[in-house]
Amino acid sequence: MSRISKDQVKHVAHLARLAVTEEEAELLTEQLDKIIGFAEELNELDTDNVEPTTHVLELKNILRKDEVRNSVSVDEAMKNAPSERDGQFKVPNILE
Amino acid sequence: MSILDKKISELHQLLHTKELSVTDIVDATFDRIHQVDGKVKAFLTLNEEYSRIKAKQLDEKLVSGADRGLLFGMPIGIKDNIVTKGIRTTCASRILENFEPIYDATVVERLNQADTITIGKLNMDEFAMGSSNENSGFHPTNNPWDLSCVPGGSSGASAASVSAGEVLFSLGSDTGGSIRQPAAFCGVVGLKPTYGLVSRYGLVAFASSLDQIGPVTRNVEDNAYLLQAIAGNDPMDSTSAKVDIPDYLASFTGDVKGLKIAVPKEYLGEGVEPGVKERVMEALKILEGLGATWEEVSLPHSRYALATYYLLSSSEASANLSRFDGVRYGLRSDNSENLIEMYKQSRSEGFGEEVKRRIMLGTFALSSGYYDAYYKKAQKVRTLIKEDFTNIFEKYDVIIGPTTPSASFKCGSMTKDPLTMYMNDILTIPVNLAGVPAISVPCGFSDGLPIGLQIIGKHFDESTIYRVAHAFEQATDHHTEKPKL
Repeated sequence: MSRISKDQVKHVAHLARLAVTEEEAELLTEQLDKIIGFAEELNELDTDNVEPTTHVLELKNILRKDEVRNSVSVDEAMKNAPSERDGQFKVPNILE
Repeated sequence: MSILDKKISELHQLLHTKELSVTDIVDATFDRIHQVDGKVKAFLTLNEEYSRIKAKQLDEKLVSGADRGLLFGMPIGIKDNIVTKGIRTTCASRILENFEPIYDATVVERLNQADTITIGKLNMDEFAMGSSNENSGFHPTNNPWDLSCVPGGSSGASAASVSAGEVLFSLGSDTGGSIRQPAAFCGVVGLKPTYGLVSRYGLVAFASSLDQIGPVTRNVEDNAYLLQAIAGNDPMDSTSAKVDIPDYLASFTGDVKGLKIAVPKEYLGEGVEPGVKERVMEALKILEGLGATWEEVSLPHSRYALATYYLLSSSEASANLSRFDGVRYGLRSDNSENLIEMYKQSRSEGFGEEVKRRIMLGTFALSSGYYDAYYKKAQKVRTLIKEDFTNIFEKYDVIIGPTTPSASFKCGSMTKDPLTMYMNDILTIPVNLAGVPAISVPCGFSDGLPIGLQIIGKHFDESTIYRVAHAFEQATDHHTEKPKL
């Protein structure tokens, strides 16, 4: 039984904001199925009483004083903008 | 002997006695790059004009007797996922082909304070995803020992450029072996520091809980110099550790008497080539001869590390790479009429195959209904893998094994099946999952290609790793071997 369907792959691609062709979806279904199948070997391990590791070092929230500091200028922030108008990032229509 | 074959301490002596100028060093560097980089293809961007100006400025500083930084006048290459203000930084991706950062990474700032010269930016697997440099969005880099073989990855060009004598040293980044595996393949010294020792501010994030920047050099002493310059807490990186930074150069005592070495049986088992095993056994004999002892141990969960790593790193990557949306920087597709289409088209045109595959895997593992089964399960197994290391380090000082299961392989020989390529990293990945430091040092050859010895240490105990690596280096001459180009 396959672990992931082509429809699921298309749905995941949408969530990931990737455009995939039919051909790519087919290849990805096959490859992801293989990788996920390989990952399922983790199910051999009983982890019911194991805490998950999100971070290897014991860190607590790092806070700093809320002070005003220098930040980048609008001109600098816009330096790499693909499209810009009046110091703002320009994007295609959001609302129809 | 070319001036580029010398160690930092030797070059500093020659600068001090005025037998050499910084301009001489920079000239020799670019001469070498122009001579061999057509074959090696390590650089994506050269910073030649600036480097020559900076060399002159440093030479003036030399004459004036002003204070000199720790790495004064030393040319360095920087992996292209570390941002450099005003110098194009691409992550070897088409999506960032024309990206010019507006700030320096903390490590770059620290290197500038140490008076290094950024010679150029080094090729890599796109967004550090790969083990051969063949995933670069621009061109592959070749192994200086055999140009038809891969240099490893993802910091393949960081290792190849140092091995080829194009730069004295370089910075790489290591998420699952990306410094150590190419260092092994190219016969150079590469360290992945303890997670949190070196600031990640300005390292374009792949998997934030695993990524670390580290030094690639021709010898252990230079490696310690470079780490000394970049290590230490940074308020700009909230995961950067608040620990005292020791004097790494003081660790070169040459003394390993009484050192307790653990050798995991999983690291010399199935899948590890005979030529690799032989070199590692020879290395253990040398260390034994110097007064160390070794015993076989087990890292029982290491066989689950690869699956754990691919689930966790891809999940983190899928979140981190969502910032590339064609809005604020990077490639924007012209082929779209609305915003969602613009995101999708820009990302699909800009990212390469492997990057898309991992974003897909990560998005799947994090998606509703699968999160507990894949992502959370992998986080739990990560705990077990980490505990394996904790248990061993209660009794032993270091863990030693090979860096990779084989020597380098032919370009194109592993590109068809992603899983086969992933197997390259089975001996390096557990280290990232546990967050401990590890170095790869040259320990000989198999069929003419270099083999790396991996020395793994306790959290924040880079000093012991350096002490052992240095003692081994002093007892052998592998590090003096150079590829013929």
